[in-house]
Amino acid sequence: MAEFKTNPEILQPENQVYKRTELLTDKALSYCPGCGHGTAHRIIMESIEEMGIQSETIGIAPVGCSVLAYEFMNIDMQQAAHGRAPAVATGVKRLFPEKFVFTYQGDGDLAAIGTAETIHACNRGENITIFFINNGIYGMTGGQMAPTTLAGMKSSTSPYGRDTATMGNPLKITELIANLPGTIYVTRQSVHTPAAVRKAKKAVRKALENQKLKKGLSFVEIVSNCNSGWKMTPRQSNDWMVENMFPFYPMGDIKVNDDK
Amino acid sequence: MAKNKGEIVVDIERCKGCEVCIPACPEEVIAMAKHVNRKGYHYAMPTNDACTGCTNCAVVCPDGAITVYRKKFND
Repeated sequence: MAEFKTNPEILQPENQVYKRTELLTDKALSYCPGCGHGTAHRIIMESIEEMGIQSETIGIAPVGCSVLAYEFMNIDMQQAAHGRAPAVATGVKRLFPEKFVFTYQGDGDLAAIGTAETIHACNRGENITIFFINNGIYGMTGGQMAPTTLAGMKSSTSPYGRDTATMGNPLKITELIANLPGTIYVTRQSVHTPAAVRKAKKAVRKALENQKLKKGLSFVEIVSNCNSGWKMTPRQSNDWMVENMFPFYPMGDIKVNDDK
Repeated sequence: MAKNKGEIVVDIERCKGCEVCIPACPEEVIAMAKHVNRKGYHYAMPTNDACTGCTNCAVVCPDGAITVYRKKFND
């Protein structure tokens, strides 16, 4: 590899155009290399920083890979029991209606054990924001099949691929809750390319700002990779996600109803 | 014509060597180092001066390990 020298003329503080947000703590993220969780954390924290609401935001951490989100997000956080984050967020928001309250949940947390809490919080139209990271697998516990696992997709509990005849069909919970009257903004994004990250960040910002309207719940799904669970390198898993996840989980806004 | 020149600084100890920044870079500036950091990951590093400071690599970095600088030069 050729020796390359940096240009000190460019490396000046006034030329700095991008830096890791200070709303993320200095702790090293506990996620695997290349995991979309880190990017999702960062765009949420950048949005909060840009809105200037660090001291008015309360986050609810889930159970799963992101169980330690409260270690990395430098805002007030509350840990909820498995799947119960929307219920906890409901209570927090009703006690502090002027605060910005969001939950950050994975697919095993939100779409399996927390289905009831999710659907009822959405149906009640709680004035909160839900960030849903969908990687089609239970990442933290060792890559078991989740409700969102694609048909034919291999996991440690479906080693021959998910057979929909015996294991059921993958659940599109985002489309499901978009049908409920309590939601005002439902969108699906991803964080695998720079363009996708920038789009996802706009969606995150909009979902948080919707809380000022006091009209209902905003829901942002972020389709993410799980390279460890899928047994691939990070780059392969991003390609696999584009080829296999996106046809079933198409990107884009599913419901935008914030002016009612 | 004015031209943007950039520099990236990689936080070597924070980098986990996932290589997601490599396809994100339109100028093919980034490559993985031969050496490893304290955790044993081959870290990302700039290899030439083609960087335009577009911030693509920093935006996709899951660990936020990249800081980007950009300066406009008039020829």
